[in-house]
Amino acid sequence: MLAYAIRRLLISIPIIIISTFIVFLLVTYSGDPLANLRVKQPIPPPQVFAKYRHQFRLDQPVLERYWHWITGVVHGDFGPSVEGGGTLNIGHELGHRLIVSARLVVAAMVIAAILAVVVGVVSAMKQYSIPDYAFTFTGFLFLSMPLFWFAVLLKEGAIWLNRNAGTSLATIGDSSPTVGAGTWAHFTDAVNHLVLPTIALAMTSYAAWSRFNRASMLEVLSSDYIRLARAKGLSRRRVLVRHALRTALIPFVTVTALDMAAILGATIITERVFQWRGMGTFLLDGITNLDVYVVLAWLLVAALVVIIFNLIADLLYGVLDPRIRYE
Amino acid sequence: MNSRHGGRLQDARGRAGTHAEQTEEVSSPNAPVQGMALERELVEAPDREFTVAARSQWSMVSRRFLRHKLAMISFFVFVAVVLLAFVGGSLWHYNYQGFTNDYSVAPSLKHPFGTDSSSHDMFAQVLRGTQRSLEIALFVALVSTAIGTAYGAIAGYFRGVSDSIMMRIVDLFLTFPVIAVAAILGDQLGPKANGWLWIAIVLAALTWPYVSRVVRGVTLSIREKEYIEAARALGATNRRIIARHVVPNVIGPVIVTVTILVATAILAETALSFIGFGVKAPDTSLGLLVFDGQTAVETRPWLFYFPGFFIIVIALSINFIGDGLRDALDPTQTRVRA
Repeated sequence: MLAYAIRRLLISIPIIIISTFIVFLLVTYSGDPLANLRVKQPIPPPQVFAKYRHQFRLDQPVLERYWHWITGVVHGDFGPSVEGGGTLNIGHELGHRLIVSARLVVAAMVIAAILAVVVGVVSAMKQYSIPDYAFTFTGFLFLSMPLFWFAVLLKEGAIWLNRNAGTSLATIGDSSPTVGAGTWAHFTDAVNHLVLPTIALAMTSYAAWSRFNRASMLEVLSSDYIRLARAKGLSRRRVLVRHALRTALIPFVTVTALDMAAILGATIITERVFQWRGMGTFLLDGITNLDVYVVLAWLLVAALVVIIFNLIADLLYGVLDPRIRYE
Repeated sequence: MNSRHGGRLQDARGRAGTHAEQTEEVSSPNAPVQGMALERELVEAPDREFTVAARSQWSMVSRRFLRHKLAMISFFVFVAVVLLAFVGGSLWHYNYQGFTNDYSVAPSLKHPFGTDSSSHDMFAQVLRGTQRSLEIALFVALVSTAIGTAYGAIAGYFRGVSDSIMMRIVDLFLTFPVIAVAAILGDQLGPKANGWLWIAIVLAALTWPYVSRVVRGVTLSIREKEYIEAARALGATNRRIIARHVVPNVIGPVIVTVTILVATAILAETALSFIGFGVKAPDTSLGLLVFDGQTAVETRPWLFYFPGFFIIVIALSINFIGDGLRDALDPTQTRVRA
């Protein structure tokens, strides 16, 4: 198991190096960071261009720039930003926004996974029953519903509720600017702001995952060893939990990890609708402002998150599946 | 000749699966066979021992699909939406860019979907948006399927080092969120005039790895089949085997992937347009219309709901078609009898 873990860890190192390099080339060749400056009226003097060219390391060859960037990142320096005349510390901002977005992503993934497992099991146990048809239909519906549309609908629905039913659901932002002192007040405020975006973000993943869990549960339930376990006289519950669910959940672990990139993409849209100051809006502002090092930092974090999640999934796979563990 | 051989075996495989069902329907074109005809028949088809017209795999698949009610309804809905967008859009008496004299009016006979605050007819706008979204989605599905199928078939067929390298490249692609990379590339490099084509190209470039994974998986199992071995024994080149034997036999899973991809591409494009990095004004797409309508959910709900419903109807019908195709292509399924 340990050897397997170490081997997997070693494989991810070249993947991280290559993906950061690809990310760098992608951003470098996708646009001119000084384009906004060029269209400024009156046109700034050449010294200004020279200054920015130097600041953004545009006067260096690409490989050297990459080297400067990646060594800087290792030391916590993510490069210069155009924001605030180059005074914004990307690393600092990134840390703050990462925590904000991580709350959302983790909450949504946990809820989606729990719901998907429960619905998958119920659907598979009672195949072609009314609940199964209902879950299947809602699954397809959520799978086909654009996230942004659903999110706007949730937001407007909450505003309507707030006005007519006297609730106080937070519809905008990740936290209130005016919140009482104390950890508890901060906590409830954060949870209140989390409710709607979490529902929106969990929806898409839930739809795909519940379909997947249903299919794998059905496959497991019809296999011989389940029939054997029942024939041996084990209780339904024990067969379901110990024998069927455990086996059915193994591929689900991989699917959640594979979906990580898509979830990060969905987070961008969710944050945009609910106007969160998280990673998603950080990226979108970065693209609009041609803030190359912000975009780079975002892609780097995204790639790292995906790679780490896949690594965890592989290790979990080893824990759950004895055939891999003893290989 | 090779392909016929492969096809024959394929038929035999399909026939074995539904043996019992076929004997029920006896239509016997080969019954009065005599003399030379019988001999020829035996030489050409030694495995034909029943006087039953054999159903090819494809006729079975299409029969199963035609009997899949939900899939068939979805298919007609999808065709109706396509016709409405491309034919209806050009027949409708308002243009998506043209102004009318009605500002923010609710849906009526004159304006079935109402008008917005600058007096555009929403029906014309939604049809135009549907056109754009469908064009992009179909382009993405076709291009990424073509690339992904070729790539996956080559990787799976040759295995070994080339397969490892090719699949690591795919893994790399899959570590990046499609929406994010499309937003970066789409905003910076895209020519302003033909924006939609550029978005389609970017999305296709980012989605083909998903197809290639599926195709590679299927290819890995197909390459071990006897008819591949037979083709190789007859001296077929690798290129010929891939083009004539591997690709035709992975088409089932690929078709399912393509349908799902159309739905995914519609959702990706509309999301991209919604966050402001996809189709831009003066052109329009369903995502852009939802974006414009999001502040009017309560005051002028038609601006928000109609484009949203169109996205859902398109994606839902495609997903159901894909589900029906998956059932129809699955030889082990018994729900819908052929």
